[in-house]
Amino acid sequence: MSDLFVNAMPDQTGSDEPRKCLAPEPRAYPEKPEKVYLYGTCLVDLLQPEAGLDALKLLEQEGIDVVFPDKQTCCGQPAYTSGYDDEARAVARMQMEVMAENYPVVVLSGSCGGMMHHHYPSMFKGLPEENHAKKFADRVFEFTEFLVHVLNYQPEDKGEPQTVAVHTSCSARREMNVHKTGWQLIDSLKNVARKVHDHEFECCGFGGSFCVRYPDISGAMVNDKVKAITDIEPDRLISADYACLMNINGALDFQGHELKGTHIASYLWERTSMQSEGESNV
Amino acid sequence: MSEQIPLHDLGFDQRVERDLNNPALRTNFREAMDFLMDKRSSSFTDDVKLQELRTLGASIRKRALSKLPDLLEQLEAKLKENGIRVHWAESSEEANQTVLDIAQHHGAKTMIKGKSMVSEETELNEFLEKKGIHPVEADMGEYILQLAEEKPSHIVMPAIHKSKEAIAELFEQNLDDCEYTENVDALIQAARKELRKQFHSADIGLTGVNFMVAETGSLVLVENEGNGRLATTVPKVHIAMTGIEKVIEHLDDLPPLLTLLTNSATGQPITTYVNMISSPRKGDEGGPEEVHLVLLDNGRTIPFADEEMRQTLQCIRCAACMNHCPVYTRLGGHAYGTTYPGPIGSILSPHLLGLEATKDLPSASSLCGACSEVCPVKIPIPDLLRRLRHEGVRKLKKDEDPVIRGHGAKYTHTEKAAWGSWSKLYSSPALYRTFALSATLLRGLTPSKMKGWTDYRTSPKPASKSLHSLVKNYRKEQEQSRNKEAGGSQ
Repeated sequence: MSDLFVNAMPDQTGSDEPRKCLAPEPRAYPEKPEKVYLYGTCLVDLLQPEAGLDALKLLEQEGIDVVFPDKQTCCGQPAYTSGYDDEARAVARMQMEVMAENYPVVVLSGSCGGMMHHHYPSMFKGLPEENHAKKFADRVFEFTEFLVHVLNYQPEDKGEPQTVAVHTSCSARREMNVHKTGWQLIDSLKNVARKVHDHEFECCGFGGSFCVRYPDISGAMVNDKVKAITDIEPDRLISADYACLMNINGALDFQGHELKGTHIASYLWERTSMQSEGESNV
Repeated sequence: MSEQIPLHDLGFDQRVERDLNNPALRTNFREAMDFLMDKRSSSFTDDVKLQELRTLGASIRKRALSKLPDLLEQLEAKLKENGIRVHWAESSEEANQTVLDIAQHHGAKTMIKGKSMVSEETELNEFLEKKGIHPVEADMGEYILQLAEEKPSHIVMPAIHKSKEAIAELFEQNLDDCEYTENVDALIQAARKELRKQFHSADIGLTGVNFMVAETGSLVLVENEGNGRLATTVPKVHIAMTGIEKVIEHLDDLPPLLTLLTNSATGQPITTYVNMISSPRKGDEGGPEEVHLVLLDNGRTIPFADEEMRQTLQCIRCAACMNHCPVYTRLGGHAYGTTYPGPIGSILSPHLLGLEATKDLPSASSLCGACSEVCPVKIPIPDLLRRLRHEGVRKLKKDEDPVIRGHGAKYTHTEKAAWGSWSKLYSSPALYRTFALSATLLRGLTPSKMKGWTDYRTSPKPASKSLHSLVKNYRKEQEQSRNKEAGGSQ
């Protein structure tokens, strides 16, 4: 910062420290744990369950004991972003309850990860669970973040050469600050070339209930996103967030494109578990 | 453009529909916002320094707001000491009346105006015209809009929605000796010539204010065209008009905020003109004989009272949030229907106008966070949008003080009940399992028409098995193969 501004350094910043909003401080990461919880997210659970199973296999392959709590449901975000705090808290409490042991929680979406890591503490602010929520939030990690920063995961790419467009969710980018880990993983696949698309940093238009409350605005956004992606003609579209993929895939399909986005967990599993020719199928 | 239905006669959804389906508008805004985003990012090249500067900017604004009543008192005392007259206005009506009183006191008939969003907020021009005083906008963008009888669509670039061709037509029709030309320089020269006359004949100059320094009693005004300099120096009377939140404590607070403001807004290290007005004319040195400051509340004390909402008032009006907003980029500013459009408008307008009149604004966002990422004073806009959604769907408890006008403006029994059921379903694992099972079993029955969604997308279909069941099966397989291995080795 310029010396010019030294005299302007605050002597008192007022009582209200900003709620951690965006671009959070770089966080500290734990050593590689023995056990983790896998949080599949409700959308993956019902619409893209293979991504969840692939993530589980991948983590196990890295020597992690994966606990998939059968009682997990939804992080509470839909109600929370719609302004229904009590309703969201009831659901959030249940997730904290079913993942109560002190294991890292690996979340298959930056958006749900952002909800748990970033919003749970403020959601329970001033309530008896506040401390509990903070501690819980501290052990929540987005999937790609966990692979890169905790496991130092180095995928061995066994696939054919491909070009890939990556869509990063806004929550991954701006709440979890983990957009670079998704890129890093794709870039570490030696036969994969990542291609950048126009306005890649921009929202796909999903936004939870936004896409049904304001369908035309959301539609304009997803149409632009589809155009930007298809313009670069990638072989594959990869994202670490199924919610965005559901939106983009729906629009791709609606417009008759063959391209269909894949969750990064499935893509990594696909690229690394491929058996090369001649290898016995045992 | 002029045959459009007046904006206030349309609801939000209708305005959205109209503007989304205007291809020229869509292209203009996309290109203009791309340009402004590029300007900003090319001027903030060092991200570490930028983050330090934003932290400093936020803390300066927070510090000022934490002492707001004291600083306003100090400001008033200092301004008076310097010979500037201070007027307090609780509402738009009061502010307009104050301006009128000053004008009538001087027998004024004409007013030359620098850019002032607060005067847009109070609809000062319309008010003065009715009272027989003719205001002339001297900021080029505002001048164009005054001729076109339109409202600003952006708070820094008010006429950004107007094409060169539309401006050429407008000038041809309205200015003496101005032939149709698409030469931008020629157009500006034509307007400049006309405005020069107005500067010399105007009885009063009126401008906005970017910052007020409590310590020194100075009014700071940044601009690029020189209209602010002229409007504050040529006429005999200068009236400055602004919101009470614009006060800062020290003169030393100013440089970082100016750096943040101009770089965030237009990618300029500093504007062409930085006016610091500390008093009326002294002796023969020139300048106005009288300087007045009209300080407007108009609902600002409502967010001030709430610790979280107060952050709204940190805003220094750079418009970076608009320039980076994917919704604003597609709608333009008019669809919002408020003086301040875009993300900052969606968190400020509900306080100024109440939630009944603005209930759509907090919801018309995907909460992508691009706004907060660039906000020079770190306003957590998505958090505040969400908070306003919350206030919009809840009813006040008994004896609870309202934090905004129009609590529960978006409340409906149906939606409340729906979220209640949703919450029950997702906080009860047993219910959820039943739901998931039936959703996957009945996947063939998924409605192919989901209102809104299917206008742009095919509908998603539940998988044949949920992740819960896939994991269960997988665990079973793992166990079986382990047992097999164990059996085989025995």
